[in-house]
Amino acid sequence: MRILVVGGGSGGTIVANNLARRLSTEIRNRKVRLTMLSASDRHMYQPGLLYVAFGQMTPDQLYRDQKSLLETNIEFHVDPVTKFLLDQKKVVTKSGRTYDYDILVIATGSRIVPETVPGLVEGAETFYTEADAIKLFKKLREFEGGNIALVVGVPHKCPIAPVEFIFSLHDYLKMRGIREKTHIKYHYPIGRMHTIANVATWAKPEFERMGIEIETLFNVKEVDAKNKIVRSEEGTETQYDLLIAIPPHKGMEVIEQNTMGDGGWIPTDRYKLTMEGHDDVYVVGDATNLPVSKTGSAAHFEAEVVAENIASIVKIGAPVRDYDGKVYCFIEAGHDRATYAMFNYTTPPDLKPASKPMHWFKMAYNQMYWTSVRGLL
Amino acid sequence: MSTNKVIDARGSFCPGPLMELITYMKQANVGDTLELLSSDEGSAADVPEWVAKVGHEMLGSENIDGTWHLRIRKAK
Repeated sequence: MRILVVGGGSGGTIVANNLARRLSTEIRNRKVRLTMLSASDRHMYQPGLLYVAFGQMTPDQLYRDQKSLLETNIEFHVDPVTKFLLDQKKVVTKSGRTYDYDILVIATGSRIVPETVPGLVEGAETFYTEADAIKLFKKLREFEGGNIALVVGVPHKCPIAPVEFIFSLHDYLKMRGIREKTHIKYHYPIGRMHTIANVATWAKPEFERMGIEIETLFNVKEVDAKNKIVRSEEGTETQYDLLIAIPPHKGMEVIEQNTMGDGGWIPTDRYKLTMEGHDDVYVVGDATNLPVSKTGSAAHFEAEVVAENIASIVKIGAPVRDYDGKVYCFIEAGHDRATYAMFNYTTPPDLKPASKPMHWFKMAYNQMYWTSVRGLL
Repeated sequence: MSTNKVIDARGSFCPGPLMELITYMKQANVGDTLELLSSDEGSAADVPEWVAKVGHEMLGSENIDGTWHLRIRKAK
């Protein structure tokens, strides 16, 4: 049996490593062949970009060689897929090679598309790429006071990031002694200050205590970079000196180019994690169209289900588990405190008070990630 | 030509039904109808609030066996 994993981010790497161990005998006996195709030979710990934006991590700390993260019985190629020929059970890569499969796992992730909002590229800073995070850090370091506005595009990866950014920004400006000279305004797309009701209930008074102005129902329509004004679809506008954007995201271009899903999001069965209409194609992580957070955490829990089910199909001819929508997100809360949100399709998050031990656990997890992505944790 | 799309946001706590609607509204064409399925009681209020503020058209909302069916036409 040929199992092909397309994508070397969190979801794809955990699927591949988990399968490599579950099917080690079958791979050794050449009954199973496990192959990964990725666009890069490096693997980035993306949550670390938030720390880079505040000078708390350097970019080199965010990377590992992808091959070093993979079990040795995984065949790995840096050769991104350009064509998915699902009816023929094969893919074609950038190099022109064709890979046949019996089971395909698509874990191609998502990408930022700030260019879809007029003026956003010219007028706003972000921290969703290495270069952008460094640029933002330099801007913050040069900042001497004024109006900072944060706006949030839809959809976006890591829905907790806007709240975490504000907590970190408040602490950073206080450390530099310019918090009193800075007005911070937080804008959010829906009618409360975070989409998770419990997070909104907890964070709103925290923001008020820190003197953060909040405007809800603000979806970014355009940025006038010359006059430093950001306008909303809802008809309001904010003047800024420094604009920070959580950029809108789309699925990868290759998904759209192969007409596999509007916006690059692949229609996926919420329990089986198979692509709609293709029982031999699994989808994990940001690439799905599921109504769960686009985070490494969701990708991780989905990947465990997919790997266990594929291994079960090989061993007993049937999958054994459903994905229950599980997500676990750390929430950095400033002052060296953190909390977390855990939920699934049927159980809403029950937020605990922020604490220092949870912050230190998050700091430890920044290193433990490399164990997690190997499928060991 | 206008199209109809169903967005199944049942069981979504994050990003949540309204964020899902906004995502697909951005992809839709003017005149398209979107039907949002939500198990969140709050959707009955917060979806019409956003639709009215942005200027789209609320076509209807009803609760069928615990699921809200909210129908919206993209107007701009």
